[in-house]
Amino acid sequence: MRKLFIIALMGLSLGFAGAAHAAGGAPVPAKQNWTFTGLFGGGFDKAQLKRGGQVFFEVCNGCHSVSLMAYRNLVESGAWTEDEAKELASGFEVQDGPNDEGEMFMRPARLSDRFVSPYPNDKAAAAAHGAIPPDLSVITKARKYGPDYIHALLIGYKDEVPEGVTIPEGSNYNEFFPGNAIAMAAPLTDGAVEYADGTEATLDQLSRDVVTFLAWAAEPELEARTALGIKVLIYLVILTAMLGALKHRIWRRLSDPNLSCEDPH
Amino acid sequence: MSKRQYNNRVMQWVEDRLPIISLMENSGVIYPTPKNLNYWWNYGSLAGVVMVIMILTGIFLAMNYQAHPTVAFDSVERIVRDVNYGWLLRYLHMNGASMFFLLVYIHMFRGMYYGSYKAPRELLWMIGVTIYLAMMATAFMGYVLPWGQMSFWGATVITNLFSAVPVVGTDIVTWMWGGFAVDFPTLNRFFAWHYLLPFILFALVFLHLWALHTHKSNNPLGIDAKTPQDMMPFHPFYTIKDLYGLGFFMIFYLYFVFFQPNFFGEVDNYIPANPMVTPPHIVPEWYFLPFYAMLRAVPDKLGGVIVMFAGVLILYVLPWLDTSKVRSARFRPVFKQMFWIFFLDCLVLGYVGAKSPDEMFMGIMTMTTLGQIATTYYFFHFIVLLPLLGKYETTKPLPNSIAEEVAKKYAQ
Repeated sequence: MRKLFIIALMGLSLGFAGAAHAAGGAPVPAKQNWTFTGLFGGGFDKAQLKRGGQVFFEVCNGCHSVSLMAYRNLVESGAWTEDEAKELASGFEVQDGPNDEGEMFMRPARLSDRFVSPYPNDKAAAAAHGAIPPDLSVITKARKYGPDYIHALLIGYKDEVPEGVTIPEGSNYNEFFPGNAIAMAAPLTDGAVEYADGTEATLDQLSRDVVTFLAWAAEPELEARTALGIKVLIYLVILTAMLGALKHRIWRRLSDPNLSCEDPH
Repeated sequence: MSKRQYNNRVMQWVEDRLPIISLMENSGVIYPTPKNLNYWWNYGSLAGVVMVIMILTGIFLAMNYQAHPTVAFDSVERIVRDVNYGWLLRYLHMNGASMFFLLVYIHMFRGMYYGSYKAPRELLWMIGVTIYLAMMATAFMGYVLPWGQMSFWGATVITNLFSAVPVVGTDIVTWMWGGFAVDFPTLNRFFAWHYLLPFILFALVFLHLWALHTHKSNNPLGIDAKTPQDMMPFHPFYTIKDLYGLGFFMIFYLYFVFFQPNFFGEVDNYIPANPMVTPPHIVPEWYFLPFYAMLRAVPDKLGGVIVMFAGVLILYVLPWLDTSKVRSARFRPVFKQMFWIFFLDCLVLGYVGAKSPDEMFMGIMTMTTLGQIATTYYFFHFIVLLPLLGKYETTKPLPNSIAEEVAKKYAQ
């Protein structure tokens, strides 16, 4: 009876926790199968990561920054070779200096540079767009439902605005954006990028690939983390089982009624 | 006390000059412990382990963290990305805070269920409540450090509570902030406090253990130990039992660290702090939610603040509010039911704290109303139920001794 009560309480508290997470206006994005989510983490598909990078650098990076990542991280991800990353970086210009004459100068980006931001500062970004395109470094960690939400958002643009919804001038209708009116125009369409590996660039594919890239940018430690985690948990399970056996063995001495706490000294 | 003799000459040499060897032996090896402690008695030592983990990871995080609004957010991400095993340090620390509260809440509810706060352990309990207060202050300031949206707005909301103090309220808030808004001076001093408080907490834990070792542990029967046969040495019996429990706990804790490191966090805290944009819902971490619900249950600001603080401070007088001489709920049939209703009430408060106030609960009432009912019941339990139960409840007969009960169990 008491057990039942406790189980009911636990169920109730879990229900509460679930309900606490389901609040909010916009529809809940559909759960997708990602290679990097799941009960025991996962990893990134290197080809997909590289395609996602192509989408990011060719499309998103035009307006959005990922200021926390450096080009060297591309090499560390295992999806880009050092030469490929160097070549990619050299396509961007960064300010350096002052040089011996005291002048600032521009030079091509190197592996050690952070991803070059499209605007020098937030004011410039706001002047160009009306709103500041957010930095995408940790975007999948910074939105409820993470990758599922970003994916739903990218494919959630609708030309037809449903009745009863008014979208202000300069905004676009998106089913999954809170409030539905999003300043960003649909960034991806079928064939927006010509994939170097020949994969067909459907909207869904583009979105999945770039979300994978952004998830990697948000958690570049994910593969190392989950790989170590598996080892640690296996170790702990074995250790705990051994400790349990030892505990039961030691506690058998309690059957002796004379066992006491008398000072041995 | 006769002089202790040790075979090891170094130990003997130290012991003759500073009796620290016998002190450690007395409190960690031969320390008498009731034979019948169940697994609910594991949580105190588990909380101690987590405290040590928090201090150690915290020291190394502090070596890499920078407490300035322009770089605080990025410095935390830099720890995760560029510091060797920085992600492990950060996620151990971040989830460790949740684990610390989870363990301490279980520890506190255990104390309530088995009446561990009753004479002669009142001071032990009160030091525990002080530890809990120190934890809350430490956790609150630690949450501000990553300087995300929830950090900033949480700090703003909580510090603003003090503006409810009559006459000098606004001055107090300005003094706490070190300016006219939550900004660099606030962040910098919070960092200093966040580093200092854990050591105060450590000292309090030492006092807590001192008080514990003076009267020894309570036990599930809630009766006093009478003969040496009621007790057994701490080592090896409880060292191995604590280690076994620690194994299970570490599996639970590290699962989150390695596989769901942001499970307990708010996504909004990954948006850098922006004083110009208020998040749609400002919610504290889960462990503060019941008190947040109490704060919002009272329409008046000062009233809400008083009720919220009273919700914690009332624990200090719990030993005197509970008038029953019987400690354990096992022998208090009515109290046992009331305990579980109180526990449920705390969960309801937590649930209300996570919701926005005007949301409907099952379509019958607003969250505010539910919060008001739950808050009222919370205080009703302490102020009305506990004093009356002690007077009118018919308790079950208490067993003769711990040894007898243990013998019965092993006879089966």
